[in-house]
Amino acid sequence: MILEMNDIKKSFGNLNVLRGISLNVDKGEVVSIIGPSGGGKSTFLRCATFLENIDSGEIKYMGKTAASTDEYGNCHYVSAQELREFKSCYGLVFQQFNLFPHYSVLKNVMDAPVAVQKRDKSEAAETAMEMLRKMGLESKADSYPYQLSGGQQQRVAIARALALRPEILFFDEPTSALDPELTGEVLRVIKQLAEENMTMVIVTHEMPFAKAVSNHVIFMDGGVIVEQGAPEKVLGDPNEERTKSFLRNYSQ
Amino acid sequence: MTLSTMLTTMGAGMLRTCTIFFLTLLGALPLGFVIYFARKSKIKVLSSFTKIFISIMRGTPLMLQLLVWYFGPYYLFRWSIRGYRFTAIILGFVLNYAAYFAEIYRGGIESIPAGQYEAAEVLGYTKTQTFFKIILPQVIKRILPSVTNEVITLVKDTSLAFTLAYQEVFSLAKQISASQTSFMPFLIAGIFYYIANYAVAFAMERFEKALDYYK
Repeated sequence: MILEMNDIKKSFGNLNVLRGISLNVDKGEVVSIIGPSGGGKSTFLRCATFLENIDSGEIKYMGKTAASTDEYGNCHYVSAQELREFKSCYGLVFQQFNLFPHYSVLKNVMDAPVAVQKRDKSEAAETAMEMLRKMGLESKADSYPYQLSGGQQQRVAIARALALRPEILFFDEPTSALDPELTGEVLRVIKQLAEENMTMVIVTHEMPFAKAVSNHVIFMDGGVIVEQGAPEKVLGDPNEERTKSFLRNYSQ
Repeated sequence: MTLSTMLTTMGAGMLRTCTIFFLTLLGALPLGFVIYFARKSKIKVLSSFTKIFISIMRGTPLMLQLLVWYFGPYYLFRWSIRGYRFTAIILGFVLNYAAYFAEIYRGGIESIPAGQYEAAEVLGYTKTQTFFKIILPQVIKRILPSVTNEVITLVKDTSLAFTLAYQEVFSLAKQISASQTSFMPFLIAGIFYYIANYAVAFAMERFEKALDYYK
């Protein structure tokens, strides 16, 4: 099991954003999370990537515990030092790309492997070029992010995440900030990664894409998982009324 | 007095003006960061104290501050202030400008989107790496125009050292003009300040251009 998240709870003040969510992801699995805005999807990814601290529950990567809750209900994380080691297990692709504007495309992709993982510079540059080639962007290696379209920037962000050789990749609405004509190129590279058996968790609003790419679909609303299962089932013939009405509104 | 004697005498003053200028920058640019971090500190006493300090530095005239730094030790503690003049001038300038720089840094650092920190965190950069590699270079680019303004003001503010009877170029211009009943010293001082600021503006523009490779 690559990722295990059990009974995750998270609230901001009085607002219970996550009310006991569990998710297990096996190697090679692609999980899509769909649902209305404000349903807790992004917060869930932010908890999985330690950008937010959970209030209670358990998070494990590769069978190793990163956060757990004791019998008194107090949540404990491992030390900051140990937590940093978990960070090479996963990558996160943001809605807003968040590339480093002062670094060239190549430097964006190869800096973390060198500065964080202490990998050899020429090896890291080679890996970075390989990732950029995969994203169809090798000709843009010396460009700066502002010179690229949104779709290209997002593909650089994917290459940057891949360069750290993560076990699992998270996507937080990777096409929501893009012009409609640019979403295709980003979805295509994610599909390609799925074909290469990359383990992924994708928060998305692209239903046909979710159906095509994932093994498992989760419909989340109001901080709980309303329904989950095979993509054909959840997206094609859901059991729950909430899921049905969401998909109905969506197709309109 | 011939023009060349006038120029030689005032040249020594220009040198003193430049000394104040460079020493102030040397002290205030880094100290501004220290003050910024103190202001942002989680230690409540420290951050409140820093906030009050910045408020006073910005809320009172630099001329008054210079007088306080120079004469304060004598009036308050009866300490001898012999040979202390130059130290008081640098102290006054550095602390005043550091307060302004701290506020410029604050504006720059807070304008960096949270996504930059989050991306760096997820990629596994340490806090120190994030600040020096990701945040600071972007901050420098953003604050450069404000820093240029401040540095140009500093060139002119050095004339306030005349309050403590320090023989920089402005004091000398006043003295020589009075003793020689001549307008020339004012003209020389004016040209000196203008050229100095022209050089500052030129250098800063080059620096801004050098950082133009990204947006």
